[in-house]
Amino acid sequence: MKDLVIIGGGPAGMSAAVAAYKSGVKNILIIERDEHLGGILMQCIHNGFGLHKFGEELTGPEYAWKYEKQVKELGISVKLNTMVLDITEDKIITATNSVDGVFQIKAKAIILAMGCRERSKGALNIAGSRPAGIFSAGTAQKFVNMKGYMPGKNVVILGSGDIGLIMARRMTQEGAKVHAVCELMPYSGGLARNIQQCLKDFDIPLKLSHTVVEIHGRERLSGVTIAKVDENRKPIEETKEYIECDTLLLSVGLIPENELSKSANIELSPVTGGAVVDQDRQTSVNGIFACGNVLHVHDLVDFVSEEAETAGVASAEYINGNLEQNACIDIKTDGKIRYTVPQKITAKKDVTVYFRVSDVYKNTTINVLADGGKIISKKKIKLAPGEMESISIKKELLENVKALELGLEV
Amino acid sequence: MYKELTCIVCPMGCTLSIELDGKDIVSVTGNTCPRGKVYAENECTNPKRTVTSTMRCTDGTLVSVKTDDVIPKDKIFDCMKIINSSVAQIPVSIGDVLIENVFGANVVATQNKGV
Amino acid sequence: MYDVAIIGAGVVGGMIARTLSAYKLNICVLEKENDVAMGATKANSAIVHAGFDAKEGSLKALLNVQGSKMMQNVCAELGVKYKQNGSLVIGFNEDDKKAINELFERGNTNGVEGLEILEKARIKELEPNISDNVLCALYAPTGAIVCPYELTIAAIGNAMDNGVELKCNFDVTKINKIDNGYEIASENEKISAKTVINCTGIFSDEIAKLVQDNSFKVNPRRGEYILLDKECGNLVSHTIFRTPTKMGKGILISPTVDGNLLLGPTSVDIEDKEDKSTTGQGFASIIKEANENVNGIALNKTITSFCGLRATGDTGDFIINSPKKGFINVAGIESPGLSASPAIAQYILDMLSRQGTELIKNESFNPKRAPMHAFREASIEEKNEIIKREPSYGKIVCRCEHVTEGEILAAIRTNPKARDLDGVKRRTRAQMGRCQGGFCGPYIVELLAREQNIPFESVTKFGKSSYINTGKTKGDA
Repeated sequence: MKDLVIIGGGPAGMSAAVAAYKSGVKNILIIERDEHLGGILMQCIHNGFGLHKFGEELTGPEYAWKYEKQVKELGISVKLNTMVLDITEDKIITATNSVDGVFQIKAKAIILAMGCRERSKGALNIAGSRPAGIFSAGTAQKFVNMKGYMPGKNVVILGSGDIGLIMARRMTQEGAKVHAVCELMPYSGGLARNIQQCLKDFDIPLKLSHTVVEIHGRERLSGVTIAKVDENRKPIEETKEYIECDTLLLSVGLIPENELSKSANIELSPVTGGAVVDQDRQTSVNGIFACGNVLHVHDLVDFVSEEAETAGVASAEYINGNLEQNACIDIKTDGKIRYTVPQKITAKKDVTVYFRVSDVYKNTTINVLADGGKIISKKKIKLAPGEMESISIKKELLENVKALELGLEV
Repeated sequence: MYKELTCIVCPMGCTLSIELDGKDIVSVTGNTCPRGKVYAENECTNPKRTVTSTMRCTDGTLVSVKTDDVIPKDKIFDCMKIINSSVAQIPVSIGDVLIENVFGANVVATQNKGV
Repeated sequence: MYDVAIIGAGVVGGMIARTLSAYKLNICVLEKENDVAMGATKANSAIVHAGFDAKEGSLKALLNVQGSKMMQNVCAELGVKYKQNGSLVIGFNEDDKKAINELFERGNTNGVEGLEILEKARIKELEPNISDNVLCALYAPTGAIVCPYELTIAAIGNAMDNGVELKCNFDVTKINKIDNGYEIASENEKISAKTVINCTGIFSDEIAKLVQDNSFKVNPRRGEYILLDKECGNLVSHTIFRTPTKMGKGILISPTVDGNLLLGPTSVDIEDKEDKSTTGQGFASIIKEANENVNGIALNKTITSFCGLRATGDTGDFIINSPKKGFINVAGIESPGLSASPAIAQYILDMLSRQGTELIKNESFNPKRAPMHAFREASIEEKNEIIKREPSYGKIVCRCEHVTEGEILAAIRTNPKARDLDGVKRRTRAQMGRCQGGFCGPYIVELLAREQNIPFESVTKFGKSSYINTGKTKGDA
């Protein structure tokens, strides 16, 4: 029996563990499937992490170390190379590794911190052959940064997610030629700074409203046909263009990895792909919390850590029987705002609501309505789907409120 | 003359407008913080970047590294050549200087290896 | 000199090799690819047809019905998953109804057991997600599903365990008649055999030409498929066919033995035997027709799409003959070839016997092969016993399909050994789930390199020049 079991030893899991420990829960176990703590940060060797949280620009491994050090110093137990196979609503965890075999642990509370995975090529149904040389950007990152091998020399990247942009620079630095980054949407999915420092710095063209329509090559990729798409995202025949390349990297979206959440019958949001949670990141199953990219995909690890701290502190309150639950307020969105996290408020305290918009909006006002009445207005020059936004709501504003709605005035 | 730049100092990615008179900067607008102004000024005169990469270790594995300061942007590939022809002596701790003075910065480890 | 050389390690070559390995024969299987089951066997509908489809009196009808009856036992011996889920041919109008009645009659003539014609209410009872426009259906309870490459890997593995030799990357370019048989050569290797069996699928006419047999032609017919996530595997429990029309058999919707949902195939005659491309039109037609037949197909749960080439002979029937003494064609084995494969093997055995091959029982023949999926299906206690002996079975490598390192090592070490990433995938399901190898691919490359004692960058996706990496990022220490 453990007080708290945390599934995943990446930035979310470690940060949640440290926060829970500091809130008085000592009997914690972190279960990590990889051979090291740090999760995907260990292959994100580029810098840009930690400005928000630590006020300095760190690389992924450095950021991870800040937390790993604390986990070690606090003596929090960790099982590495251990895969959780199943969790139940009663918080029984089934896991396996080569030392303990298949084993079960019961926990008072669970924090889900499994992260996300990349959308794969299969899901795209691109026409053409099925040769070697097509990788998700993260897989290429693992080959280059962790294994020290180059997946190819002449590269086209589909999708302008941040990992794709980072890999455009990384492969270029290691001697590859990146011919183009194609983005289906009329705007980039990555951060503006990455467009500058990963593409423009190296004269790599970013082709907005473009996609890969056909894959060529029998054994190894020999080229791709790309095309411009119209406003309905349908390829325009006359704009087809062949690019010779041996590698296609896909950076076409991240999906929270919630197979375990499903096994515990946790309610999932069809929009985020993660659990529906309250301000404490508690899911629909009492005592099971979720944080980090398993909950919704974040742009910045700093916000992952912050969210995980919230979940860690709340899990300690839950274990100690003093988790506040005195409200029942749903947060709705108007469609221009695609989703919020949390999706509901169950305790009257100061809340920061994170959200993403569904399109690029300029010169807008974000409005928070309480039972139809405007309680907060915030002007924004630019909002883009690639960048997560937040708005804080003071607890005084939540008195007697039944429903909140977040909307955009364009 | 006006020039537009995306600031890369932090993830906000501010769009900076720089008013130029020949090579001299008249004004910088669009920045949220003072670092944006400094970035814009450098970018117009001597653009610089931090380089992150990996380096071979004596045990055959890789260790992640970075330059501990920015280096001239046009020296990125020369810097990569130096990193790729060097070998790090195991054990390595975060912050250890692995190569000194590469275009004005040191190449340091960003990961612990064999400690 | 071999007694028998089988060219082509697809399901037909594999089943023949296994059947012949029960006799004292020196047998070699020649495969041009890096692994077995790489042609039509790899990409088809994975159906054991009941046998109502083929024309009365044809070889297809005879061998389909026989093969379908043998399949369950063959799968049990080989440790291959087999599920008799039954099939439904659904009709929407009076023309369909007429055609279904004809199929019913034909099936009875062919000797298919248990056929029934069902009305709408009963159909909806069996399959609630079938379109509300359904009028009637032919129900074939003996229809089944099997994984064709699992079956082939097991058949060849079992044949190898019983002494058969497998030579991969042996692309036959010449066959010369010699005194008591044939000499078969690739660009860099030569073997000789008393009897040659040509099981080369879409290439079988070209192999036949090497012994001056120009009597038939095989055309590649493209079939594209879409595979959906296991979440969708329960949408239907039977294999759902559309009533065949002049335009073809249409696309089917079927669960797979591994619990996914399979949609397809398209049917387009093409020229190029190497062209396994999928097409935008193909996807569109699969999606359109699948949605007409069954409600609630979640296409956003697509895991992968692929294309196979059926070996369509020009006679309308299987082409099984011996144009020259000691040379046997097993050609034009399109659908229902998988279903017929155990019976085809038996048929070839009889042919060999008639041609004078001496058949002496191999007393040490073991028809059984340990199932590849045994660990997956074991209880927790059994798993822990195995992990205690072999700790690598405790380590999950493929997180989507929960495949352990032990299972992957077994696939690399067990006949026919997996030699590339796709080989590991077909044997273990690692890389076959939602992330399609995104997470575990690099580690499996490492295991393949280590086990075969080859450099990391020499590991391929499926042999030849399907390399994964081009080289190291930096020099050695």
